[in-house]
Amino acid sequence: MTFTMNDVNPYAGERLKETHFHPREAALNIRDAWASWNGYKFAECYYDAEYEYFCVRNTCGTYDICPMQKYLVRGGDAEAMLNRMVTRDITKLPLNRVTYVVWCTDEGRVVDDGTIFRLAADEFMLTCGSPCSNWLRMSAFGFGDVKVIDGTDEIAALSLQGPTSCAVLKKMGLAGIELARPFDILYFPFHDDTLMVSRTGFTGDLGYELWITPRLALTLWDELYAAGADHGIQPYGEEATNMARLEAGFIMPDMELHEALKTIHFEHDQSPFELNLGWLVDFDKPHFNGRSALLKEKERGPKFTLTRLDIPGNKPAEGAILYNNERCAKDIGYVTSAMWSPAVKANIALAMIKTEFLKGDIWAEIYHQKELRQYRKVVLCTVIRKPFWTPARARATPPPDY
Amino acid sequence: MKSYDAIVIGAGHNGLSNGAYLAKAGLDVVVLEKNDYIGGAAASRELHAGWTYSNASYVCSMLRQALHRDLDLSRHGLILVPYLGTVNFGDDGETLVAYPNEAAEYLELKRHSAHDADSMHRFQADLARYAQFIRKTLLRTPPDPTSFRLRDIRELLFLGKRFWSLGEKEMYEYVRFFTMSAAEFLEDYFENDLIKAAMASPGIIGTALGVYSPGSAYILLHHVMGDVDGNIGAWGLARGGMGAISRAIAGALQEHGGELRTNAGVQKILVEEGKAVGVVLESGEEVSARIVVSNLDAKRTFTRIMDRNDLPPGIYEKAEKFKIRGSSGKVNIALSGLPKFTGLPENRYINRGGQTFSGSLETMERAYDCWKRGRWSDDPFVESVIPSAWDPTVAPPGKHWMSNFVQYCPPALADGPWTPQKRDQFGQTVVDKIERYSPGFRDLIVHMEVRTPHELEQEIGLTEGNIFQGELTIDQLLFNRPFPGYAQYRMPVKNLYMCGSSTHPGGGVSAACGANAAREILLDLKRPNTVPEDDFYDE
Repeated sequence: MTFTMNDVNPYAGERLKETHFHPREAALNIRDAWASWNGYKFAECYYDAEYEYFCVRNTCGTYDICPMQKYLVRGGDAEAMLNRMVTRDITKLPLNRVTYVVWCTDEGRVVDDGTIFRLAADEFMLTCGSPCSNWLRMSAFGFGDVKVIDGTDEIAALSLQGPTSCAVLKKMGLAGIELARPFDILYFPFHDDTLMVSRTGFTGDLGYELWITPRLALTLWDELYAAGADHGIQPYGEEATNMARLEAGFIMPDMELHEALKTIHFEHDQSPFELNLGWLVDFDKPHFNGRSALLKEKERGPKFTLTRLDIPGNKPAEGAILYNNERCAKDIGYVTSAMWSPAVKANIALAMIKTEFLKGDIWAEIYHQKELRQYRKVVLCTVIRKPFWTPARARATPPPDY
Repeated sequence: MKSYDAIVIGAGHNGLSNGAYLAKAGLDVVVLEKNDYIGGAAASRELHAGWTYSNASYVCSMLRQALHRDLDLSRHGLILVPYLGTVNFGDDGETLVAYPNEAAEYLELKRHSAHDADSMHRFQADLARYAQFIRKTLLRTPPDPTSFRLRDIRELLFLGKRFWSLGEKEMYEYVRFFTMSAAEFLEDYFENDLIKAAMASPGIIGTALGVYSPGSAYILLHHVMGDVDGNIGAWGLARGGMGAISRAIAGALQEHGGELRTNAGVQKILVEEGKAVGVVLESGEEVSARIVVSNLDAKRTFTRIMDRNDLPPGIYEKAEKFKIRGSSGKVNIALSGLPKFTGLPENRYINRGGQTFSGSLETMERAYDCWKRGRWSDDPFVESVIPSAWDPTVAPPGKHWMSNFVQYCPPALADGPWTPQKRDQFGQTVVDKIERYSPGFRDLIVHMEVRTPHELEQEIGLTEGNIFQGELTIDQLLFNRPFPGYAQYRMPVKNLYMCGSSTHPGGGVSAACGANAAREILLDLKRPNTVPEDDFYDE
């Protein structure tokens, strides 16, 4: 059935929205592999997930972060309001810098994680995975001079990650981009507007995030891809992102983190300490949401601790239950994400483990399939203290060209 | 004078892996290299400013993941990137693209033959079954079938059990397969000549056999039994070139306290009272050690750097007759741009993978005929890869380099010795061949490195330029490699070992020969084993 101009498409309300970069991405999504994120059509992969992952580790790739929530928090009380909301001390965040934050309920359970950009003395941008205008309005209660604007649809954002990303931006004409330190924000004139670039990302590798008015989104894409043609540029989707972030040891919503406000069962959400994000909690700053609960938790220690594991063999331990001995009599935790890491050449996982059992043996019960037949194995895991993957180029300023 | 626990001769990747595992066990090890660069046939060098060639080996699939993980080669800078989108070119310019996506691959095969597209599933399953069996032996010492030692019996039982698990029909098929030609094997599955040629090409690589020669089916298997991250049959590029593999293993060696000396060619292995006691360098310097490990091929070890009188009777003759015929050349070409190939769409993925100029079975066999007559093929089989399309570190942005593996090219010409002039003529034959499929290719050339078997022997010490340090035919495989009775890395002279591709599991950048030899040495020295077991993807 076709519709003419005057018809109303009866299914329009159910269709996913398209991001500002969609026309270019659709042309490159050879596999028609689409998922959704906050109502937007969003690529799982474009050509081959593993290939795209390797672009992030070997050349560079772009990841569409238009669907990510972007809230502009403005006003004389903006700093105080955010400082009251998140666990980190925002007063210490200098102009044109970005910081990673979590915010909690009064019970000290994580509502969400995200980043805060200081755009001016009295203006911030808060980014996060899930919409949270309701929580922001509650958090602004009692603060006189603060205005929260949902800028998600008004800002087009594209992440450029990988070892050649700095070379590509240089070639695009962003003079001085190589001087940006991790978490710096830089501005560049772009046609009749301004391009904001932050040295941030979700891959653990060298990378940048580009922020532009939607009107110039496709222009930005075209110039970026022209500059990147000889530097291996390739769009990458959710699957490759998930691989890269796990190697970097970053948490993923709905995998490591179950948002507190959406949690039904008691303590099926997490605290920052449980997520190994205790370093984000600053008890020296003035009162913030969840402070007393977190202080208590700090004293007694978290019930669970998110732990990095190296697992023997090559079968990803997805969903594996963990035990304190090979007989699997007493369960002590569970795997939240697992994969074979091509860069590290190890079978890696993140797992939530009852803190009291961290010192003993950790055994994983893994189920895997071979030609439809299910197999089970129980293997002894090794706890890894450092991130699985931390290339020096991710921290170097200026970064190398590849 | 300093005395080492062990001297390893030759800093090819197997010598380095052997040294790394000995050093890891606490031995005082020195690896000696005749060249001023390390890596042997897994080396990357900048011969033209801005371009880094992988001068000999060019892609990787055999490197044992267990060793990569155990020696922490990623931390030592190694990252293996799988490449995709290889195109096979037929005689008349028709193309067959290998797509990474199953559905796309099926449709592409079907474009040539619906029968063959369906047959491919059976072919892949059969090949995977054979590969699974042989893969499990890679990081193990082959058993001596005549020995009654517990270890040998246990190892024979291990192999026997794997073999029996194939099932009766497949056991017969497997024995047949081992002695078949690649062409005959493929006849069972395919009707389309381009598909047959494409599938047959791994059966001749590095071997002085044609597609119709018995034994070439096994060579085919040898090239598809490796993997990249568990994708069996996939091939990858080392970021920074194949030299990155050698550099990473050298990093592990040095981290464990091992020493590396370049410009230290060995002239002679010193033997006293039937025991190897050290070496004499070309400079005249003597270096002594409790054991000596040779990473040189069997022929070179016994006939070039050993005194015939130090060897038990018959060994010299065996080494002389060791089948190590060179069959291939390598042409590395720096290009000012990415070549375009006739008949291919502007697809950003398939224009950048490998190119296999296999033609047809007939063309490949005719190419072999030239070799038999002591000439290089006038219409050669060429397997090309453009690493710079994947790896940003090996050529300036927008510039490229193309690795061309060429068959056939004889170690000795019928019309007299190799000369630089003949070498360049050989190189031009290859350029002519590519130009046929990519008009204008010649104009892109910035620099060329042409290596015939003669250069491979002179520069990196591969006898007759044989890339596998000895042919991979059944008479020289498993417990027959290099010679029956000497397949467990111990050589006929006490305290002398071998760790190169002349030993099991043979050629390819696997690091397994070196690691297997280290395990045997540590057993003899009553040291704890440092070599890990393989982690099987198909466990």
